[in-house]
Amino acid sequence: MEPAALARSLRLPRQPMVRHLLCALAAGAVLYVLTARLNQYNDYQVGEIAAYVVALVGLSLLTGANGQISLGHGAFMAVGAYTMALLMNHTQTNFILELAAATGVAAAAGLVLGLPATRLKGPYLAGMTLLFALAVPSVADKWPNTFGGDQGLTTTVPTAPGSLSPEEWLAQIQIIGALVVMVLVANLLWSRYGRAFRAVRDDEIAASLAGVHVARIKVMAFAISAGCAGLGGALLSLSTGIVNTGEFPLTLSIQLLAAMVLGGTGTLIGMVWGGILLVYMPQWSTSLSSDFNLGTGANAYLATIIFGLVLIVAMIAAPNGIQGGLRWLWAHRPHPGRGGSDAAAPIPISTGK
Amino acid sequence: MSLFLDYSLNGIANGMIYATLALALVLVYRATKIINFAQGAAGMLTTFIAFSLLSRGVGYWWAFVLVLVIGFAIGAATERILIRPLHGRSELNPVIVTIGLLVVFEGLAGAIYGNASRGFPAAFSQSGLRVGSTTIAFSHFDVFILVAVLILMAGTLVLFRYTAIGLRMRASAFSREIARLLGVRVGILLSLGWGLAGIAGSLAGLLVAPTRSFGPYYMDLILVYGFTAAVIGGLESPVGALLGGLIAGLCISYVGGYLGSGLEPLGALALLMVALMARPEGIFARPAARRV
Amino acid sequence: MGRRARRRSSGNLWGRALVAGSLGLMLGVTILPATAGAASTPGVTSSTITIGATVPLTGPAAPGYDEIAPAMEAVFSYVNAHGGVDGRKINYTYLDDGYNPANTATLTRKLVLQDNIFADVGPLGTPTQAAVQGFLNSQKVPQLFIESGCNCWSNPKYPLSYGWQPPYTVDGKILGAYIKANFAGKKIGYLSQADEFGQDVVKGLDMEIPASSVVSRQTYDVATLAGPLSNQMAALKAAGAQVVVLATIPAATALSMLPAAVINYFPQYVVDSVGADPPTVGPLLSSFAQKGGGTAAQVAAAAGLLNGVITTAYFAPESDTSNPWVQTEKNILEKYAPSLYAKAGLDGNDQYGVALAYTFVQALQKAGKNLTRQSLVNAINNSGKSLVTPGFVPLSYSSSSHFGFEGEEVLKLESSAPPAVTPTGSWIGGVAVSPVEVTSPGSGPVKKYTGPTSVPPKSLTSNS
Repeated sequence: MEPAALARSLRLPRQPMVRHLLCALAAGAVLYVLTARLNQYNDYQVGEIAAYVVALVGLSLLTGANGQISLGHGAFMAVGAYTMALLMNHTQTNFILELAAATGVAAAAGLVLGLPATRLKGPYLAGMTLLFALAVPSVADKWPNTFGGDQGLTTTVPTAPGSLSPEEWLAQIQIIGALVVMVLVANLLWSRYGRAFRAVRDDEIAASLAGVHVARIKVMAFAISAGCAGLGGALLSLSTGIVNTGEFPLTLSIQLLAAMVLGGTGTLIGMVWGGILLVYMPQWSTSLSSDFNLGTGANAYLATIIFGLVLIVAMIAAPNGIQGGLRWLWAHRPHPGRGGSDAAAPIPISTGK
Repeated sequence: MSLFLDYSLNGIANGMIYATLALALVLVYRATKIINFAQGAAGMLTTFIAFSLLSRGVGYWWAFVLVLVIGFAIGAATERILIRPLHGRSELNPVIVTIGLLVVFEGLAGAIYGNASRGFPAAFSQSGLRVGSTTIAFSHFDVFILVAVLILMAGTLVLFRYTAIGLRMRASAFSREIARLLGVRVGILLSLGWGLAGIAGSLAGLLVAPTRSFGPYYMDLILVYGFTAAVIGGLESPVGALLGGLIAGLCISYVGGYLGSGLEPLGALALLMVALMARPEGIFARPAARRV
Repeated sequence: MGRRARRRSSGNLWGRALVAGSLGLMLGVTILPATAGAASTPGVTSSTITIGATVPLTGPAAPGYDEIAPAMEAVFSYVNAHGGVDGRKINYTYLDDGYNPANTATLTRKLVLQDNIFADVGPLGTPTQAAVQGFLNSQKVPQLFIESGCNCWSNPKYPLSYGWQPPYTVDGKILGAYIKANFAGKKIGYLSQADEFGQDVVKGLDMEIPASSVVSRQTYDVATLAGPLSNQMAALKAAGAQVVVLATIPAATALSMLPAAVINYFPQYVVDSVGADPPTVGPLLSSFAQKGGGTAAQVAAAAGLLNGVITTAYFAPESDTSNPWVQTEKNILEKYAPSLYAKAGLDGNDQYGVALAYTFVQALQKAGKNLTRQSLVNAINNSGKSLVTPGFVPLSYSSSSHFGFEGEEVLKLESSAPPAVTPTGSWIGGVAVSPVEVTSPGSGPVKKYTGPTSVPPKSLTSNS
């Protein structure tokens, strides 16, 4: 059962923009209440999830909708974070403008990388983005006076209004960011651009025969997803408090890809599951390993091993991720007047030749 | 001038190492059109096994050969158990599975062996060769690496071009169904391809360990640069892997030496972008026929 | 894999229920157990003190540094076994941040907001701790004895943050003074890590060594440390450097000496203490031996490369087995951290942990029974100089300076000296070649230390 039919069944409005805005407003209201009720640490974590969701949504657009695999989105997060931090430390720019600049500069970087990427097939693109993930932080290391060096560039959150705790306020900022991005990207995916993305993903030659400008679409997808990652990086750096290259190792790009896939490639709600995994999985594995009490060395690495195993098993058994699994459950729910086996199958995430 | 020579020799020594891993990636790619991101980590794990064997007093060359066999087994098993079920699905799946395997291998090595610093003995002397009255920046061990890589490359080339098995492997990679129709035992050949790649990966691990600080993560950057080398050379060409490794090694060495070691990844990225702009399939790949 | 025909569904109730259920699931997942009610002083009860830290236990930064926290835990176990401090047992929780400041920020907030630690004791890293310095100070949580030699921990803006190990500039100045006195006229080369650590050591060196003597300044980037620093060593050899100063982590020390040996380049090495501990660096150098040699040959190869290396120490090195502090450290680790001791023996890293933990215990004792965060900080500011530690000089804490040790002696690794014996082998030991000297991380001169030598108190040595 794909989102359209679900939306119809819930009697939501037909225009995508209005529908998405309503969903976002509803979610926003729920989350506002949630952040008010949670303690400071949980607020902080919810905020982190929201920041990751922003980056993951971009990746989902690029890989799920447009079929380009990127192993370098951590670098775009770094670009966004450093842009915002540089503006914060050297100018008096308005906060919203700083976030917009982070998005813009990261999108420009995505444009630069996306241009050569149009000619590259899967593994070759993966190789280039992998090297990009390594190269970008090293640039910041090379000029420590500009980029803050070891002590990094500090980021400051605008003062919280009234008696709001700083964690709650930051979480709300990050949640608003996530909702805005999700609405915009959802609209994009429903528009003709979204159809063009999917057409290029499924069959480049057929798409170009149908009049889609393949290279332009691919670059566009790259730039937009890079912009999302940049905004996510900027938002996340507000949680961390400083921007330093140590926050953007290769493993970050890999974790983003893994979270996107486990959440459900190509979906948007799935990115929320992905964000939750990114933020909570280390904790769950740490508490799991202390239950087993294997001794510090093995304990610390147990989290890593579990993460790897989850990836492997998930890809073999449930390649559509959590959201894919939920959709399958929804499609196969018991309902009078309809046999379970006749239920509509979810739209395939990709055609997997 | 002598500094340029030193940089060049260092570049060649490193380049050979990247070429070894690149050859492993090429073997896997020719067999199954997949990049095995866990190749470096598998080499790391087998080298740790060699380390255990050596500390128990097993002779060096016995451990060496045994570990290559283990590498073959791990490679073949990975294909059979993890990669075979993914056939026909999206190309993202094997990427994630091999990345998951990389993470598992690193976690296992860390959990079993811990973080402590270790050295791994070299097969041959690491003193530089003497040319006339100077000692050059190329040791006996580096010569061994060069020879090993050349043999590996030659073996791979001969396998694919001149043997029946190689022909069958190429057929299986091209189209499994057609190959099966022609009586080719596709499954066994896929596992064989990955197994041979496993040997190359283990060899890379053993060749790299003596000159690096040997720990669970020591193969990570080698994988990245080896991948770069393979991509530059064309993912289907053993010769390309070797030459790609040389080019990558030299380029990185010159950038690091003349511009500063922090700019090496940027130099590699620039090299990769230039190479792929010129030839998106890699420098030594055969041009694909135009599909309409 | 074709597409099935889509069917319209009229399951409104189901749809809404499922959507509500999903949201509820999201809510449920994100709600974790509420924080325990805060005590009047967080982390302190009549019988316990809860402290925490973030350290790298996994990842490329972990080797060596992962020994420090378990060594600290051994000291706390010893203290707890002897009644604790003022009747309170110390609970130490250390979490793995993998040297990633983003993880540090999250984990530190967990420790403070959820686990209610009394203080953050012995957290590791410059970028990692810089990320949480503001948060900890604003939450009034002492950030004590940060495991980093940055000059940034003594900052009036952050009055609850304290350094402990000598700042890197102090290392540089003391080494520089030694080079100026003993290698005058020789050509000097630097190879330093391209971050705050390397830069601060070089800053200290440059305060002592005349610029005209320095013929080559090489750097390496720790994040992309892929292999031997062959290019850098070749450049140093080409410039004719007779003395090479290494401001390197242990892995990079080995990756400098090995390629230098390949090109037959054996300068006088002067290595910062961060990267000079023989049991840590030795195994990395042992690969210079050949395959057939076995362990003895490997150890000998390492010793050969390390022989004559000049470094510094701010407490007695592990090879000085007659020193009462070294014996105390060994006893504590052997008894209270047996698995750590079985793997690593006594080396620079676990010595560091024991010394740091003991400093904290001393500070707790000085803070007294009425233990609050303020009383602890006051104790450090007022009585810091009288805390008993294994260091050669007293700590320099005052209300205006939060630097710890500011004095070291120069050590030379000598094959004739008693070795440091660990489970991994018998590694070259060191002898002092200068008296203990003190200097500030600022621009003052290097002066000889004329104060007393500290001795472990009876209670520590008598029944460990």
